[in-house]
Amino acid sequence: MFPKSGKELMEVCEKSQCKIWEHTLKSEAHLSEVEEEQILKNMRDVLNTMKSSATEGLHNKVISVSGLIGGDAYKMNEYIETKETLTGNVMATAMARALSSSEVNASMGKIVACPTAGSCGILPSVLITAGEKLKKTEDEMVQALLTASGVGHIIATNATVSGAEGGCQAECGSAAAMAAAAVVEMMGGTPKQSLDAGAIVIKCVLGLVCDPVAGLVEIPCAKRNAMGAVNALAAADMVMGGVESYIPFDDAVSAMYKVGKSLPSELRETALGGVAITEAGQRMNEEVFGG
Amino acid sequence: MSEFSIFDIVGPIMIGPSSSHTAGAARLGKVARIISGDHIKEVDFLLHGSFGKTYKGHGTDKALVAGILGMDPWDENLRHSFTIAEKKGIKFQFIERDLGDVHPNTVRFILKKENDEMVVIMGSSIGGGNIIITEIDGIPMEFTGSYPTIISVHRDMPGVITQITNAISNENINIAQMKVFREKKGGKAIMIIETDSEINNDIIDSISKVDAVDDVKIINI
Repeated sequence: MFPKSGKELMEVCEKSQCKIWEHTLKSEAHLSEVEEEQILKNMRDVLNTMKSSATEGLHNKVISVSGLIGGDAYKMNEYIETKETLTGNVMATAMARALSSSEVNASMGKIVACPTAGSCGILPSVLITAGEKLKKTEDEMVQALLTASGVGHIIATNATVSGAEGGCQAECGSAAAMAAAAVVEMMGGTPKQSLDAGAIVIKCVLGLVCDPVAGLVEIPCAKRNAMGAVNALAAADMVMGGVESYIPFDDAVSAMYKVGKSLPSELRETALGGVAITEAGQRMNEEVFGG
Repeated sequence: MSEFSIFDIVGPIMIGPSSSHTAGAARLGKVARIISGDHIKEVDFLLHGSFGKTYKGHGTDKALVAGILGMDPWDENLRHSFTIAEKKGIKFQFIERDLGDVHPNTVRFILKKENDEMVVIMGSSIGGGNIIITEIDGIPMEFTGSYPTIISVHRDMPGVITQITNAISNENINIAQMKVFREKKGGKAIMIIETDSEINNDIIDSISKVDAVDDVKIINI
């Protein structure tokens, strides 16, 4: 059975001396009555779709259906290839890849909702970039996806991953927390450390509103995906450096849910607040939908 | 959320940009096509709420047409659905319309078939690519299409339901949930049967043999 909380997940992993991914795989097999081998195969399909969406925008200028965004992943990739970046290749590449998936999504391309389409850039960019740096095999990447989904499962059980319900913190925040937890496990961290990384991520985006310009999953979503990736990688490094989260994962998730519910509806995907109603935001809305 | 899979968290694999406005719309279109049957020549899409306001930017329009063409939410041809529909001679138009006290992402399909028969279906995209069908030909109902589903249309009279469930039991299929909706006593009735296992086409034949049954459709998506 899937654990109901982070605390339960830590206890169960401790008791059976297993990783988060192993327990997640067992729970999924039990719930869905699908063989573990088939689940791993389905997860490999997910990984392959993620790889394509995270790569396409690096080499092609992918433009959104509305025409509002596009080509930023291409610019970032060119920058990485020709200049010395400040934050280093891992961070910059993760940002570029996150932008790529977001642009592919906005152009009606194929992506993996993880947990949502609006936050589809974070998990692929973080896992692929960390996996490359850590020289992980494809099987290990699939395991990392299982870790991420196990952590996401707990968030969705106790809170929400929907922007309309909990704001961007619930979408991009959850995605980044899932990614951070997975990277920590990839780096050999314990389940407690994975959840600490998730908690740190969530704490740092608490209150983040969902305010899409013209109601489209484009502005500021694509850049929030890039920042979510950075947030995840930074939290993973902090935790692997020995930093702990003073607020436990379950508390962070519960805080995120409460904050989400107290956000006015204007700031929950309705495009009636935040950057959506700035002068520029409204001008772009008119450009797309007319006056 | 009650019991859900990890593939609801990392997944689905879909065409962007929005699970509710694109993937859900494609699914609604696909289910509408199954209910109405093949040979569709014309579709009016009445779009309510957020669907009506933002369909262009989200590609909801392309996704709906793709669904009508039978495409799945992960089909990369989804963005070309207009051209494909035009090539097949299927006419379509989008009309923003207040459909009343319904979910913000609701669409009413008015489907005209080649024999001029008309089918009206209403449904909503309720988040994460999940959908709910709320009306078929004026009869209010509720089903999601998440389970393999049998939709049978019959005349409301004693004994029909037993005969239909017998036919299903003969195929060794376990019924998970079952609901019956009817226009009026003795009128047209629609039965929605959700099952645990995939349903094959044989079931259509065996249910169709029941006297009062007019139509049987199955959804396996």
